[in-house]
Parts: sequence; C-alpha cells; structure tokens
Amino acid sequence: MSIPLAYNLRNLVVRKTTTIMTALGIGLTVAVLLAILMMVNGLRSTLASSGDPLNVLVVRHGSDSELVSNFTRTQFQDLKFKAGIAAGPDGQPLASLELVSILNLASVDNPQGSNLTVRGLLPVGQRLRPSVHLLSGRWFEAGKPEMVVGKSIAARYPDAQIGKKIAFGRSQWLIVGVMDAGTGAQNSEIWADLNQLSSDMNRLEVLSSALVRAPDAVAAKALVNDIENDQKLELHAIGEREYYDQQTDSAKPVEYAGIFVAIVMAIGSSFAAMNTMYAAVARRSREIGTLRVLGFSKGSILLSFFLESVLLSALGGVVGCLLVLPFNGYTSGIGNSSFSETAFAFRATPAMLAMGLGFAIVMGCLGGFFPAQSAARKQILTALRES
Amino acid sequence: MLRYLPLILKNCWRNRRRTILTVASIGVSMCLLGVMIAMFHAFYLSDPAPAQALRLVVRNHISLAQWLPLSYRNTIEHVPGVRMTMIYNYFGGSYKDTRDPKNQFARFAVEPEKLFTIFGEYRMPDDQKQAFLKERAACLIGRDLANSLKLNVGDRIHIIGDIYPGDFDFTVRGVFDSPQASDVLYFNKEYLEESMPEGRRGRVGMFYILIDDPAHSARVAQTIDEQFHNATQQTKTETEQAFVVSFLSLLGNVKMLLLGISGAVVFTILLVSANTMAMSVRERVREVGVLKTLGFTPEAVLGLVLGEAVAISLVGGAIGYLISTFLMRGVAKSPFGGFLPPMADFNPAVALTCVAAAAAIGFLSSLVPALNASRIPIVEALRSTD
Repeated sequence: MSIPLAYNLRNLVVRKTTTIMTALGIGLTVAVLLAILMMVNGLRSTLASSGDPLNVLVVRHGSDSELVSNFTRTQFQDLKFKAGIAAGPDGQPLASLELVSILNLASVDNPQGSNLTVRGLLPVGQRLRPSVHLLSGRWFEAGKPEMVVGKSIAARYPDAQIGKKIAFGRSQWLIVGVMDAGTGAQNSEIWADLNQLSSDMNRLEVLSSALVRAPDAVAAKALVNDIENDQKLELHAIGEREYYDQQTDSAKPVEYAGIFVAIVMAIGSSFAAMNTMYAAVARRSREIGTLRVLGFSKGSILLSFFLESVLLSALGGVVGCLLVLPFNGYTSGIGNSSFSETAFAFRATPAMLAMGLGFAIVMGCLGGFFPAQSAARKQILTALRES
Repeated sequence: MLRYLPLILKNCWRNRRRTILTVASIGVSMCLLGVMIAMFHAFYLSDPAPAQALRLVVRNHISLAQWLPLSYRNTIEHVPGVRMTMIYNYFGGSYKDTRDPKNQFARFAVEPEKLFTIFGEYRMPDDQKQAFLKERAACLIGRDLANSLKLNVGDRIHIIGDIYPGDFDFTVRGVFDSPQASDVLYFNKEYLEESMPEGRRGRVGMFYILIDDPAHSARVAQTIDEQFHNATQQTKTETEQAFVVSFLSLLGNVKMLLLGISGAVVFTILLVSANTMAMSVRERVREVGVLKTLGFTPEAVLGLVLGEAVAISLVGGAIGYLISTFLMRGVAKSPFGGFLPPMADFNPAVALTCVAAAAAIGFLSSLVPALNASRIPIVEALRSTD
C-alpha cells in the first residue's frame, strides 16, 4: 500500500519557506535553459520562414555568403536564360540581380553600432519575395537615393525612421518606407534600387548575387544541379531555404554555452534539493517510524519521499516556465554569414515548456533519491526514539 | 569577534552532510559566476596587453565591406603619434570544406616587412621570417591554426577567393607563436594585387596603426577621424581591443547574456545558502536560548549565524573560483577565445570580485535567520520543541 500523495503535498505546504526557496532555485535553472532554447527556436523559425522553396540563390563559385560574392553582369546574362527558370507575367525570366552590402548603425542594444544588410534590387526581386509587403510609407523609386527598412530595424534603430537620412556610399539616403516580412529575416534588411545603389558604390559591373525562381520544387533541385555543374558559369547555387537554414549555425556557440550553463546550474540545484530533502527526512524521523508501525513498507516510504522531491522540483519547473514566459516575443539580434545582424523574437513552444518541466523533474529525481533511501533504511525503534 | 571563530567553524562542521552539499552547490554555481566575471572583465573592463594598447584600426565609417583609398595612408602617417601604418585586408575565401568550422579561419593580406613591428609579440624563428619576407606566395600561420589543420612549414594551402575572385596557392613559410588565440593566416598583399584588375588596386580594407604611447590612443583616433570628416569616405578609428569586441555582437547580445546568466546564478546561490542557514537556525533555536542564558549578547548570536553563512559560502566561492580558472583555460581555446585578450591564469581583480561576491551572498542570505535568532526571547527559545 502506498502513502497518499496528499501527505507529501501537505508537508511541502507546512515547510513553505524552504519549499519556495528550493523551488525558486530549480526554477531559475529551468529559466536559463528555456531562455536559451527560446532564443535558438526564435532564430530558427525566423530563418525557416525567410526562404522560398522555389527560389534558388546563386553566388560566385567559392563564396559562401552573399556579402563576399562577386557576381558580374555578364555572368547574370548567361544565367538568366538557363532552362528551368520560370517566366514572369511579362514573359521575362524571374531572375533578380542583387547587390548586398552592410551598413553600420547604432541600435538600442548596441550604441557602438551593429551591421545591417543593405540590398539593392529591381522590381523582379520584390516579386520573388511575395511575403514582403509595405507596412507604412512607400516603396523606393528607381533612380533616387531612397531606402525602405525592415520593421525590426525600424523598431530597434532610432536613426532608421521614415523621413530620416542615412549616409551610405556617396549619398545621403532618405528612408521612405517600412516593410514587413512576417517573421522572415528580411525584417532585418534595408532595400534600395539596384542601379542607384551600384552606381553609388561604384560597383556597376560587379554585383553580389542573383535570386532565380523555378516553376516547381523538382525543377528547383534540377536547376541547382545544373548551375553547379556548369563549369563555364563558375557559379554556386543553393536553395534559398537551405541558405537560411545554414545560418542557424551562428547561434551554435551561444546555444552550446547556454546548455552547458544550464547543466552546471542543474548540478548545483540538485545538491540544493538534496539538502532540503535530507532536512525533511531528519525532521520527520518520528513520523517515518510511525508510518512503519502502521504497516507501510520500506518501499512505500522510499517512494513517498522520492515523490515529494519530484513534486518539489516540478513546482520549480512550473516556476521556471512562468519566469521565462514574459520573454516570449522579446526581440534580439544575432550575426549572420554576411557579418550583419538578423533580428528574431524569442519563441516558446508547449514542447519546450514540457522539456523545462522534465529537466526540473530530473533534478528532483537526482536530489531526492539518496534522502529517500536514507528514510527507508531507518530502523523503526531508533526512528521513533529520535527527537 | 575573532574569538568566536572556533565556535563558528565547529557549528559549520556539525551537520557535515548539509555543509558539504551546500558547499558543493555554491561551488558549482560560483564556478559559473567566476567564468562570467572573468569574461566580462576580459571583454569590457580589462586593460589591453602592452603590445595591443599601441595598435589602432582604421576602417570605413559605413561598414567593413566598404574600402578606403590607399592615399589615406599619407594623411594618417602625418598625424602626430603615429609610428607606422600597415595595410590590413580581410581576404575571406574558402578553404576545403567550409562546413567544417576548423576550416573557417581568418585570412589577411598584409605588408610582410611591417607585420613583425605592428605585432611585436609574435615569436618565430628568424630563418622562417626571412623566408616569408622573400617569397611572394608565402604565408604565415598561427600556432593554433597549424595545430588544428596539422600543417607544417613547407605545406601548401589552396584557397578559393570570393571578395578577391581567383584561386590562390600559398606555401607555409612560418608558424608563429602568439599569447593570443592564433587561428589566422597572413600573406603578402602584393600577391593579392597581382590578381586584381587595375581598377580595384589601391583600395584598402583597413589600416593597422602603431602609435608611440598608449596614452595617446584616444587623441590619435580622434585626429584621424577628424582629418577625413569631410572626405568622401569617412573613417572610424578605434583601438584593436574595441575593434575585436565589436565583432562580439555577431554572437548575439553578449553583454545581456552574461549579465542575465550571472544574475540567475547569483540569485540561485542566494536561495541555496539562505535555505541552508534557515534550516540550521531552525534546528538550533533551543541552543540559541542556552547561549543567551550563558550571557551571549544578541549581537554575538547575530555574528555567529552570519559568520557561519559567510564561512560556508567563502569555501564554496573559493572552490568555485578554482574550477572557473580551469574552465577559462578551456574557453580561451574555444572559438570564443579569439575575442578574448590574452589572460593570465590568475587575475587579482577577478579573484577578488569572486571572493567578495561569495562573502556578500553569504552575508545577505543569512541576514533574516540571523536577525530572527538574535531577537528571539530566551524563554521562548528554550521552550521551542523543534
């Protein structure tokens, strides 16, 4: 027969100061783990929604990001008429030649300035990214030094507001609009007219990359292979979605460091839980003796104390989840392969919270086992005699 | 107060298991805090090494992707305090399989004859130095890079250029030792210029500057930036240390991360220690009554409890700090290490902060139980059945 769980619950309530302090300690550990997981998940979901499965990004052979790629107009002419590129409503191939550079601006988080991606493109480039639409203001006009900033930039950079001017290249660029890419990475980009930008940067012939669209997923794969195998082109093609997927690597150092910190903190919290449980066992020596006299077995004593520790830590897990939930949606930035910043929002999922709870319970199990064992091993007579 | 020390220590050792568990718990957490403090200190508070303090970096104000005209060198060299200017071009490119992180080391095109003056702390055999100076397609690699890629003097390295398109073959002519992480490759910028079309020559990514006195760095940086204030390409001049730390933002909001984790760790230790002391005091209420009967003043009782908590957390803190110095050695070897200035194994400021933090945590955590114990009336304490 097992000891009712209500006995353990009441015990936790009676020792409420100790219970709260231990649970808070476990809760903080869970909170650190969850904050890191939310951050990585937020970045992942931002990047996952940034690429279109039908789009293929083309850079120069040997480049692994758009920023360092050198892409000539001649190469683009050869690429543009390749079989397997879908045609737009005007009959022209859906291929967008683009120029990518970076701009250093002071942000709320980093007054010394963070790098932002500046992208020069033509109307076809906008057509290839249907998820990006205007939030306020208007689009830039061709042939004018005008820029449109992503909504994450508008929110975090005081200088990137409609009506303000930014110095870049040889001109002062007027910000005329704010664009919204849903949760996509384009929220962290600044867009301008390709020809205006390339003449301003003195890069009329040598640009950065091209984005092309295939009619369907199978054709997209074939197109990637075709470009990769074409020795004459000297280009490197990659699915746009894959390109963004690879960028989640930039979060790896922080992710590993965070998980390491959480595990070390968990070891500390297990010791603390063990302390609390040993104290509980010592205080209830006579109770344990009484329970044994009443006929509860050693096993049920062990289980009871073990469960009490698990209950305590589960409470800590819930506290941890509650502590991090306010951070859900918190926006931060991280570097991408183009040396610039991608903004993303912390994102919690139910599975993640369950994981946090599980992590807490593991701490409770580790911390609860030995005290429970020592409770079960007590001799009835000595236990009854202890004060 | 000191005469109570033996009593405090005896009290600590009464419930051995609890004390050991508490010390272990505090020690583990304190080692994290130690690492956080050491990193924070290294990134934001430390004085640069003497050699590093003499170096400034000049780059385009807009961003790293924009170049500066070579003609700027003349103006920069005329700024009082500047001893030498070296071209420093980030090369980029890809080596073997770029998905393997160890193949993603930094490569720079520099002026070989100036390299050893600018980076005076680099150590390498003289014959290797001469070989590097003589050969145009030679390159130098840091000891860390040589170890991770298992490269030796005489080996060839093939790199496909991206910012500077083309295929580049380098021969390793030297391996240098540096007190800092040295995952880096240097080669002659002349070799790079050969491959470039006429129109792109004369563009410089960055200038590395050696100044005469660390105390002049702010003035020199300001003078340089003012010189180009009205030019087409404005400059941004900062110390090498500030330049390196500016890359940290690529890893995310590091400052907030460090402070956030430290905060959580400190708070956890506080809870653990407070819990332990509350338990100890609760068990000894009757004893407190006896002590007071014997003539111990409330202040002495207060001191006894506070002293016990401080002693326990100091031991935990010391153990934690020792573990953290080992962890920091690991951090210095990790990819993170490239951002860190060279660090001594023992840094008095960091050690002192750790110990002070441990003592403060012990004091704060036991304040409530200690006050309770010192205020409890004798009769009530003696009657307690706990």
